[in-house]
Amino acid sequence: MTWSRKILRVNLTTGVIAPEPLKMDWAQKYLGQRGLASRYLCEEVDPQVDALSPENKLIMANGPLTGTMAATGGRYAVVTKSPLTGAIACSNSGGFIGAELRNAGWDMVIFEGRSDKPVYLHIEDDKAELLDAADLWGTSVWATDEAIRQRHQDPRLRIAAVGRSAEQGCLYSAIVNDLHRAAGRSGVGTVMASKNLKAVAVRGSLGVSGLKDPQRFMKEVAIQKQVLAENAVTGQGLPTYGTQVLMNVINEMGAMPTRNASQVQFESAHSISGEAMHEPRESDGKPNLTRNAGCFGCTIACGRISTVDQTHFSIKNKPEYWGNTGGLEYEAAWSMGSDTAIDDLDAVTYANAICNEDGIDPISFGATLAAAMEMFEAGDLTLEDTGGIELRFGSAEALVKTVELTARGVGFGKELGLGSRRLCEKYGRPELSMTVKSQEFPAYDPRGIQGMGLTYATSNRGACHLRSYTVSSEVLGVPEKTDPLVTDGKPELVMAFQDATAAVDSSGLCVFTTFAWTLDNIAPQIDAACEGDWSVERLVETGERIWNMERRFNLAAGLTAVDDTLPKRLLTEPAQTGPAKGMVARLGDMLPQYYEIRGWSEDGVPTDETCSRLGLS
Amino acid sequence: MHHVIIGAGAAAVSAAETLRQHSKTDKITMISAEGANPYSRMAIPYLLTNKIDEAGTHLRQRPNYYDSLNIEVIKDVAVSLDCANQSVMLENGGALSYDRCLLATGSVPLKPKIEGINNSRVHNCWTLEDARSVAQYAQADMPVVLMGAGFIGSIILEALALRGVELTVVEHQDRMVPRMMGEKAGGLLKGWCEYKGVRILTSTDIVRVEQRSETRLNIHLSTGDVLDAGLLIAAAGVKPNTAFLQGDQIVVDHGVLVDEFMLTSYENVFAAGDVAQALDFSSGKREVQAIQPTAVEHGHIAAMNMLRASSVRHRGSLVMNVLDTLGLLSCSIGIWQGVEGGDMVERFDPDRYRYLCLQFDGEKLVGATVVGHRDHQGALRGLIEGRYLLGAFKEVLMKDPNKIMEAYLAVAQTDATLVR
Amino acid sequence: MQKSLNIDPDKCTGCRQCEMACSFEKEGVFNPSRSRIQVFEFHHEGRFVPYTCTQCSEAWCMKACPVDAIRTDGGLGAKLVNDDLCVGCKVCTIACPFGTINYVPDTGKVAKCDLCDGAPKCVEACPTDAITFIDAAATGMDRMRKWAATNNPASAQNA
Repeated sequence: MTWSRKILRVNLTTGVIAPEPLKMDWAQKYLGQRGLASRYLCEEVDPQVDALSPENKLIMANGPLTGTMAATGGRYAVVTKSPLTGAIACSNSGGFIGAELRNAGWDMVIFEGRSDKPVYLHIEDDKAELLDAADLWGTSVWATDEAIRQRHQDPRLRIAAVGRSAEQGCLYSAIVNDLHRAAGRSGVGTVMASKNLKAVAVRGSLGVSGLKDPQRFMKEVAIQKQVLAENAVTGQGLPTYGTQVLMNVINEMGAMPTRNASQVQFESAHSISGEAMHEPRESDGKPNLTRNAGCFGCTIACGRISTVDQTHFSIKNKPEYWGNTGGLEYEAAWSMGSDTAIDDLDAVTYANAICNEDGIDPISFGATLAAAMEMFEAGDLTLEDTGGIELRFGSAEALVKTVELTARGVGFGKELGLGSRRLCEKYGRPELSMTVKSQEFPAYDPRGIQGMGLTYATSNRGACHLRSYTVSSEVLGVPEKTDPLVTDGKPELVMAFQDATAAVDSSGLCVFTTFAWTLDNIAPQIDAACEGDWSVERLVETGERIWNMERRFNLAAGLTAVDDTLPKRLLTEPAQTGPAKGMVARLGDMLPQYYEIRGWSEDGVPTDETCSRLGLS
Repeated sequence: MHHVIIGAGAAAVSAAETLRQHSKTDKITMISAEGANPYSRMAIPYLLTNKIDEAGTHLRQRPNYYDSLNIEVIKDVAVSLDCANQSVMLENGGALSYDRCLLATGSVPLKPKIEGINNSRVHNCWTLEDARSVAQYAQADMPVVLMGAGFIGSIILEALALRGVELTVVEHQDRMVPRMMGEKAGGLLKGWCEYKGVRILTSTDIVRVEQRSETRLNIHLSTGDVLDAGLLIAAAGVKPNTAFLQGDQIVVDHGVLVDEFMLTSYENVFAAGDVAQALDFSSGKREVQAIQPTAVEHGHIAAMNMLRASSVRHRGSLVMNVLDTLGLLSCSIGIWQGVEGGDMVERFDPDRYRYLCLQFDGEKLVGATVVGHRDHQGALRGLIEGRYLLGAFKEVLMKDPNKIMEAYLAVAQTDATLVR
Repeated sequence: MQKSLNIDPDKCTGCRQCEMACSFEKEGVFNPSRSRIQVFEFHHEGRFVPYTCTQCSEAWCMKACPVDAIRTDGGLGAKLVNDDLCVGCKVCTIACPFGTINYVPDTGKVAKCDLCDGAPKCVEACPTDAITFIDAAATGMDRMRKWAATNNPASAQNA
């Protein structure tokens, strides 16, 4: 086994909550979490539905290793149709709530319909009930967390919630769990709020048992933990610097989108880097970083716990922000730092905290702000539009003001909550939106890392680095080094990463393990835990099946090959500095071959042959 | 030196072991009045539910335990004490002379003054002998009335309910365990018991017991109602067992008054456990506590001072009780009622049968009541007994009293946890 | 020399590997709420503190047990709960001022750390050496144990 074999179905319209058995034949084909939840979504939701209508569903799902002792086995995913992209969304989060849900005995929770008043779901092992959240509506994630905790008097409760941004319709709202962890991308929080579901609070005391071969599993887990410990990235780089280990590296490569991707290097990258987070500051002699922290079961512990300088203008008069909070990850430091040209570490750390407090995706927010700044400097946006905020690149004050407004969904924050594609169209500059399928791309410029161009263009959830993180190969040399500036071999690399990642995302493990692990390290752990023979080949095939299933959902939703592209700026404006100077993203060199090796038509449609090979009807 | 310990309960065994631990040669004699090996009254409810047999109630269960420690256990009853001659008179004749004597005679049930109470179907549930009788009568589906829902009554309540009797509890006070908890917590227990199918009549007295038939009683209540019962169990409280102390050599108030060295008013005579009226940690006054952990503490301290006069000072025992009422866990510790001018924080969740109340005196925690929670309750004792200044963690607790363990670790285990 | 668990919160990342290792060893299930070692979180301070029994020598739990169900393992000095004897009265759970012996409703018994026969699984599982099993002297746990000794009215060193 090791699936719990139980799904909780919550109909928010009728208030009926019912358990049902997990479809085990699907589990054998889609593993869990991303794959399995997507299978349920494809079965139950018409791809054409309005993402914010009651007809959309929201699925929270664990993998079979979630809640086990496998290193990083604490991941859960949120799967739904995205209001930002119109595509299938799968946002993955660590922290502790996934494992807690598993400990309560559930593989998955499916929310359907819409409640007529604000509610939250409280799960205590096999008991689940919808409770009134009227008093929580209009409050932040953090306030909601505290209020629910008080109500249930259980310090071990794990809570995921949406903030005010989601209630106000910000299209990239996250579902934040354990205060500082988030299913961040594609507006899954917006869907949750549209259902009048404010939070999910879980307490699980049943535990995870019934592994196929517990002794072998424990042995494998110990071996693979050792592999993580001995690897330079997972054993040293990530614990010490977090994902921020990348800030200086990527900048030096000339692959750091800066000032809304008009440049590829940020002159002040160091001041917002992982290294800078370790440097003592003048005011109190303490560094920004207090310590690293692990999600459930994680032996890497890339998580950051930080403080903002108490004398910094953002929190000087706000003692509630003086304590420790979730620190900067690379993507957030990039989006609210480099992309907006802000070199103020405290301002960016504070903005990141606000993203957590009210549940917004810092990548989309920062990239949207960067686009707005470019429009402001070009005169397309005026002070009247911004409510008096001088939206200039490099302005920490503008960042602090706009993140607060966006978090609460008020004033110009409401506009920023549209996301960059809609905002740029509204103000007549659609070409300034750095998005693919309406989702903002993250911290790697495809002009300097060519594989990421194909990654962004073909990602099933809109621009995203985590669908095929070729940075591993092109920058870090994992599992083997490829040249970031060439396109040869990248379609194969992207496809292999996409399929492997889809499998990892369906297992309950964290994709960051793959800096040290390949599927050769992962398959034995899944196989020892789960019934069925889980070989590397089977995991690759499972990943490919998931990828094609997601693709078919998107095609049915109305997306086409035309959407598999990049912003014009990346395709036509060459990098001006750094190793990639003079280069554009050469997507056209890769995309046709990608379709071909995928077994898709020239229009990017999986052929019947491909579908039948993968068992997709 | 000859140490004579009158009694064979927790205080007596604790004392005997301590004596032996520190003296290989002194003679130690325990007088067990009930003809049984030293046993624990705490274990009787589990005997009633067949979780254990009688041997399972024994305070020490290793074979030949007392022999191996060279502790003599005499099965006899002490009928009087001759302090002047340092001698204990035994029921079966003879006397034991002592160099040091420890009174550890425990307590005896209060006998309520109720018409018709002397009936073969009215029992206490205090001794092993009582338990045997109760087990005989309290069969499944038998209507049983339990008089008293104090701490002891509540422990028996669970055992009776688990035996499947048709149980009604009659309590004089307005709530269950009135001396252990306040209205909200006591109310939760009552609600829980009723939810579990036990009838609880509070603010009600039994006024008369009448033989209804050969096997049944009529229990007349102050409300005018009459209950049918095959068995009436009286758990109306206990009092220190001081009956054998004649004359005024040993000063007795509620119990035998002892000083901070557990010494009574007469030289070489000490007292410990339920019978002793000793220092209370919270009030600083001498009180009868009648609880297991206190008996163990008393026994130990008394023994240390029997070995060497005035060597170990009693700093006062903390009152604490823990109860499992048909699966609902509760405990109260210290001054759960609170002190005048002290802060209090409580969380009351009747839907989930949860209650938590912390009482502060200035920056210190002085008492607590907990219902429906189970982990880390010992830390409450740690915080109260350590008299720690909570500092910033008082505000943390006032805001979220569930953070007991965090507060405890921060203020009491600074060395180990480095939180401060 | 007697060994003791040594806890260094500076190194703890809060990952709960120790809790899973413990619950798996003792209960055959991955279940942090059944672990004898628990990690506490100090959010404001940004700190994680694993915490379990110190195996204090004159153990309060052992002294308070009314049915002789808690005894010392001679070699290790661990205090072991004998499940055959434990009646589940919970007196030990309030007697222990460290809060490290707890009642388990499923079994009707109490549970505490027993040092896994001298090879503590939490130690093996910890990825950062925040929990180690070393000579008892001068560990934080040793200081806790001394505190236990000097404060325990039922211990010998009270004078």
